[in-house]
Amino acid sequence: MSEVLLKVDHMSKAFGGVQAVKDVSFTLSEGEIVGLIGPNGAGKTTLVNLVTGVFPASSGSVVFRGTDVTQQRPFQAARRGIARTFQIVQPFPAMTVLENVSAGALFAGAAADRAQADAEAMAHLDFVGLAADALRPAAALTLPSRKRLELAKSLAMKPKVLLLDEVNAGLNTSEIDQALALIRAIAARGVTIILIEHLMKVVLSLSQRILVLHHGELISAGAPQEVVKDPRVIEAYLGSKFAERQKLREGTAK
Amino acid sequence: MKARLPWILFAIWVLALAATPWVASNYIVKIATFLAMYGAIALSWNFIGGFTGYPSFATAAFVGLGSYSGALLQNAGMFLPVAWLGGALIVAAFAAVIGLMILRMKGHYFAIGSIAIVEVLSQLASSWSGLTGGGEGLNVKFLPGGPDFIGRVFLYTMLVIMLLAFIATVLVDRGRLGFGLRCIQQNEDAADMVGIDVTRYKIYAFVLSAVFCGAIGAAYASWVAYISPTDSFSILLTLKAPVMVLLGGPGTVFGPVVGSALFVLMEETIWAKFLDYNQGVLGLVIVILIFFLPGGLLRVRFNRVRFKKRAA
Repeated sequence: MSEVLLKVDHMSKAFGGVQAVKDVSFTLSEGEIVGLIGPNGAGKTTLVNLVTGVFPASSGSVVFRGTDVTQQRPFQAARRGIARTFQIVQPFPAMTVLENVSAGALFAGAAADRAQADAEAMAHLDFVGLAADALRPAAALTLPSRKRLELAKSLAMKPKVLLLDEVNAGLNTSEIDQALALIRAIAARGVTIILIEHLMKVVLSLSQRILVLHHGELISAGAPQEVVKDPRVIEAYLGSKFAERQKLREGTAK
Repeated sequence: MKARLPWILFAIWVLALAATPWVASNYIVKIATFLAMYGAIALSWNFIGGFTGYPSFATAAFVGLGSYSGALLQNAGMFLPVAWLGGALIVAAFAAVIGLMILRMKGHYFAIGSIAIVEVLSQLASSWSGLTGGGEGLNVKFLPGGPDFIGRVFLYTMLVIMLLAFIATVLVDRGRLGFGLRCIQQNEDAADMVGIDVTRYKIYAFVLSAVFCGAIGAAYASWVAYISPTDSFSILLTLKAPVMVLLGGPGTVFGPVVGSALFVLMEETIWAKFLDYNQGVLGLVIVILIFFLPGGLLRVRFNRVRFKKRAA
């Protein structure tokens, strides 16, 4: 593996009495695609929010390319090269699709001025297949297109790490296939990706490594095929009874 | 840039205002001065309320603080333009500090917070008698020269301030700051995520919305030669600013100029006939605006043009 890009060290976050993320540590190497899974409310989005500086962490640290960035604010994360998409898409609704992407290129990317930002934005829109919609207001797009817009906007920010928070939620099967191809194409550009996902098909086909969160704790980490067989993961997803039965069945098979 | 017509009309408008002392009565000159003054105030509000989408009601605080600062500097013996500039700078610094505090609030909370600033400053002006003369108000030295001369001085002063506010608007509109402010207006969280330093940008917008109001206030104090807390920190003024911008078109370059001009002319012609009810008429205007013209007059035309293009 190549060098460590992002290191999350003993990260915790409590909202009042609720411990949303508990002592989570992991590292990301350059060029990896890592899946982050877990049942609803496991703390996946909170973890993304901690890494990108939306919330201050209760304890722990984030180190990005050798710099401690635990205290950073979201706009600083964006400028450093930590981009994210939102589970619920967040466009600038009354602006055109082009302007949306252009904002990413201008404020977080490398564009020197609006003209250059627009040119770069156009290239990214072409890449995600939204070039024809460039001059429409973002509010006029369909959900799958808005997800693509989020991706284009993130790419315009020239990210080193891209945190994709359920980019496939709400899409149908054929739309998901297209999204998969797009994520692969983004990874092929050398962008390191954290993929938060509920659809196991997507996670298993894309991730080189999987992290599993449950009740805010990292309960399993490793290669996809090992993680899905981990009894703790099965228990977290399907309940302890199912895990017992699974164990018995495996016992008899041997 | 795209259409020349608004620029030509704006130039004619400014020249017409500037020509009034030579062709019209002192009454008309006074109205022209008010047109320039409210033009500058509306352009100022547009930075925070229009571009950024933060409904500020702090206008009267800036104008009032500007008038007291300017008056005190002038009474301390400063050369007039220097006193006005001083008033503007004091207000800008004040806005930067206050902005840091109240720009953390959004929507209604921000609106209420900004009204509170007006009220606090007004109370301060009326209780700090040693400095401000308290409720009795503050006399400012009269300018030497006849009424014609004084009328011209203040017409041109207000016009210059309006032009400066206009130039600032054009620069912001075309630049990085304006783009960032529009992003904040659309979706502040997304703006933050996209790499915009939202706190800094909002403070820039707030200071821009304050600095020209400060200059207007200072010049106004010298013009009327007497200021008092209730006059300077007028809640009505704080309401007029957003109404004028909403009338013209928030977030546009020419909207505030159009809106303020219409408003002042309406005030002079129609409202003078409803002496008892003019505040009721203001209320009615606000209601009609919000119901029928949420984007302002300029947006209406703009939408129609777009609609035609799509149909073709």
